[in-house]
Parts: sequence; C-alpha cells; structure tokens
Amino acid sequence: MAKYLLLKHYRGAPAPVNDVPMDQWKPEEISAHVQYMHDFAVRLEGTGEFVDGQALAPEGTFVRYDGEGRPPVTDGPFAETKDLIAGWMVIDVDSYERAVELAGELSAAPGAGGEPIHEWLEVRPFLAAPATITE
Amino acid sequence: MTSEVNEVLLRSLTPSVLGILVRRGADFAAAEDAVQDALVEAVRVWPADPPRDPKGWLVTVAWRRFLDATRSDSARRRREDLVDEEPAPGHGPAVDDTLQLYFLCAHPSLTPSSAVALTLRAVGGLTTRQIAQAYLVPEATMAQRISRAKRTVSGVRFDQPGDVATVLHVLYLVFNEGYSGDVDLSAQAIRLTRQLAAAIDHPEAAGLLALMLLHHARRAARTAPDGSLVPLAEQDRGRWDTESIAEGVGILQAALARDRLGEFQAQAAIAALHADAPTTEETDWVQIVEWYDELARLTDSPVVRLNRAVAVGEADGPRAGLAALVALDDSLPRHAAVAAYLHERDGDPTTAARLYAEAAQKAPNLAERDHLTRQAARLNARRCR
Repeated sequence: MAKYLLLKHYRGAPAPVNDVPMDQWKPEEISAHVQYMHDFAVRLEGTGEFVDGQALAPEGTFVRYDGEGRPPVTDGPFAETKDLIAGWMVIDVDSYERAVELAGELSAAPGAGGEPIHEWLEVRPFLAAPATITE
Repeated sequence: MTSEVNEVLLRSLTPSVLGILVRRGADFAAAEDAVQDALVEAVRVWPADPPRDPKGWLVTVAWRRFLDATRSDSARRRREDLVDEEPAPGHGPAVDDTLQLYFLCAHPSLTPSSAVALTLRAVGGLTTRQIAQAYLVPEATMAQRISRAKRTVSGVRFDQPGDVATVLHVLYLVFNEGYSGDVDLSAQAIRLTRQLAAAIDHPEAAGLLALMLLHHARRAARTAPDGSLVPLAEQDRGRWDTESIAEGVGILQAALARDRLGEFQAQAAIAALHADAPTTEETDWVQIVEWYDELARLTDSPVVRLNRAVAVGEADGPRAGLAALVALDDSLPRHAAVAAYLHERDGDPTTAARLYAEAAQKAPNLAERDHLTRQAARLNARRCR
C-alpha cells in the first residue's frame, strides 16, 4: 500500500525506442494512443489502484515573491528548460514491483506505426505518513 | 447529543449481522452489500426512531435488502426457497461468525491492500467513502478494490478455518498506517483487534492488542504542536496515556504467561519496557536487547537487527552499537539514521551530520525527513560556531 507517481516527460527523459514526434503520426495513431491511455486508467480504477491522472500544458511561468506589498515577479516560459513534465498518473499499489510493472505497461502505449513507444517513465514513491510503530 | 446514532455500537454489530446473513445462506458479497445498506438506513432512521433491539433491527433490514437485491437475480428461485425456511430473527453464534469473517477478509488469496479494505468494511463496518478517505484514494477506486476482493473470496467456504497470523498481519497494517483524515485507523485497528482477541484464545492476538495499546498510549507525545516528530527519548512522558499502558501491560503479562512466544508479544515486551521507564536513561536497555534477540530469532528480520543495534548502543555504549551495525547491509531503510545517532553519541558530530543528511534523503516520510534534516542542521550549526 504505497502511492507512486508515474511521470511522463516532454523533455528530460532518455529518448524512447520509437522516437517520432507526435505531430508526425497519423491521426488514427494519435487516437489509438489516447484510447490506450484512457483504457489504462479505466483498467486501474477497476483493479482499485488508480488515484489520479493529469496532463500539463507544456508552457509554464516561473513566479516568485518580490517583497512586501509588491506583486509577484513572473518570468519565462523558458524554451530551453531541460526537464519538462507532460503529465502524470498516481497509483496506489501493494509493492514497488507492481508500480514498475504498471509503468512498463503504460510505456507500451502505441505511437508511430501503431508500435509501442517504449517511452521512459519516471517512477517516484510518495513520502507517506509516518508509521506508528518505529522501534 | 441524543439525536446522533451511536456509530461505535453500529460498527461493532456489523460482523455479527453479516455472519447471520451468511449463515442463512446469503452469499458473502451480496450479504455484505445488504449490511452496508442497513447501516446507512440505521444512520437515517435511528435518531428519530431508535430500535429496542438494534441488532435484530439490522438483521431484519439487511435480510430484506438482500432479498430485494437478489429477487430479480437469476438465482431468484433459490433465494425464495431460502425465504420459506427463514429462521426467526435472533442472535446466532455471533462470536464464531465474527471470527470466520476475520479469516475470510484476511484470506491469503487477497493482496494486503484488498484484505485491509475488506476487513475495514465487512468487519469494521466503515463505509467505502470513509476507507477511501483514510487511504487517500478516490471512492470509486476503493469501491472497486472492495468488490474485487469480494469476488476473490467468493469461492471460499465460510466455515473454513483460517490462519490467525494473516488476520493479525492485516490488523497490524491498519494500525501502522496511522492516522489521516476523519477516520482514526489506529483506533479502528485497536477496536478490531480487541474484538478478535475476545473471540479467539490466542497469545499472539493478545500480544498484538498489547502492542497497539502501548504504542497508542504515546500518541499525544509523538508529535509537537507544529506537527513535527518527537523521538522517544525527547517525549514528555507525562503525556503518555497511563491507563492504556496499564491495560497493555496487563494483557501482555497474561499472554506471556501462556509460554507461546511470538513476534507481537516480543514487540509488545519492548514497548512495555519503554513505557515502564521514567526517562530514557532509566530504561532497561539490557533487557530490551534480550527481547530484540528473541525477536531476531522469531522473525530473522534485518529491521529488527537494526533496531537491536540502537538498543546495544544504549546498553553497552555507542561503540558496541556501531560494531553491531557493521554486520548489517547499509541499504536497509534507516541504516544511515541509526549510524548517525550512534556516531553522535560516540562524539563524532562531523560524521553524524553527514549521515543525518544522507538519512534525510532516504527518509520514507516527510515528518522523518524534516526531523533528520534538523538533526543534521543542529550539528552543522554547532560546528560552525
């Protein structure tokens, strides 16, 4: 019983095996990909392991505090940001092995030519609540 | 408030009501749904119209719900046969049924998370929403987890004897997940373990109950007002719940007298020795080390040997603790934290600070990470002065 974040990168992850930008896929390949992601989430809800899934727009703004009574300073977006998050799925599973297994399945989503993308997903454990018994 | 339903009573009646339905021939999954419906109905109706016999009321309503739900089923004829031979609503062999439910909900064919969810609902009488909130997952996900669990055990015969160890493990998991949201899981675990210990004559069930009570007793002292973790050595022992400690110690002593030692009794013995000490310095560390030796023999767990190293450090000095640590794999969770503590006690704040920072990186939860980072910062600040 632990939560994991399956993190999908626009940039920053190693190159996938089937490395074709999405805008060069056939429209039906894009549909198949979207359907795969949707089915995966539905299946995980069915197994009682789904927590959340979200996609992010690629462009973000950096914001920081600029002192009392002043509006926050904004900057960016920075086109050169190395690590760019595309979206995530949060799962609640019994083991790390299960998290890896599911990430592997998600990475098999079809891309160009209907072939699996073999995309690299990052698996990060959540920091849980402290256990009651520690000694 | 008289208008509020006694939820504790309601929850405590859940397993025996469910047991009665199953004994009458209802299949477990459908009976469990029917009991949930009856509980919801009770919350709605009882404040204005409290029943004289709450359990009888729940049995009647749940049975009716079960019949309604299955009437349209393909199994209709079989159900109707059952109605004809419906026994008078009454009080079946509640203790036995409750025990069978524990076995069923902790069946080895279930994954730990499914067994936990099913136990909390079918034995604990919690709603799916409450369980979902406690484990911070969407209600739909928890509903699916529970219904899958019910399908998994659908072929298991209700009167089949089960394994107490698996039940105890599930209850331990519920307790150890602690507290989040409106449902106090630790308190629920204590309630369910207390009920189990009353239903079965088993020293380890008593041992687990004692262990929970002894740890629960320290709960108020475990966290500072700002939410940060207070380690055992720094806890205000005046805030420990002496009543809970006395109960835990009493249960443990009776269990140990049976001379069938198990890991929960051994863990409880360690907790009892801590509870018994007015200060860290006055703790009987020598005896704690002996109990860790017993525990290591019973479980062969590297985590136990790591905790033993801490106790050795207190009993025989930090050098002895560090020597005990050498034999252990340094990839173990909390290995760096233990090493940091022992190095500090040994008068090496530089190494300790480095190890505390390393331990913080590997901490499995935020409270622990913050605590370890503060330890590193404390030592670094002292060095810079």
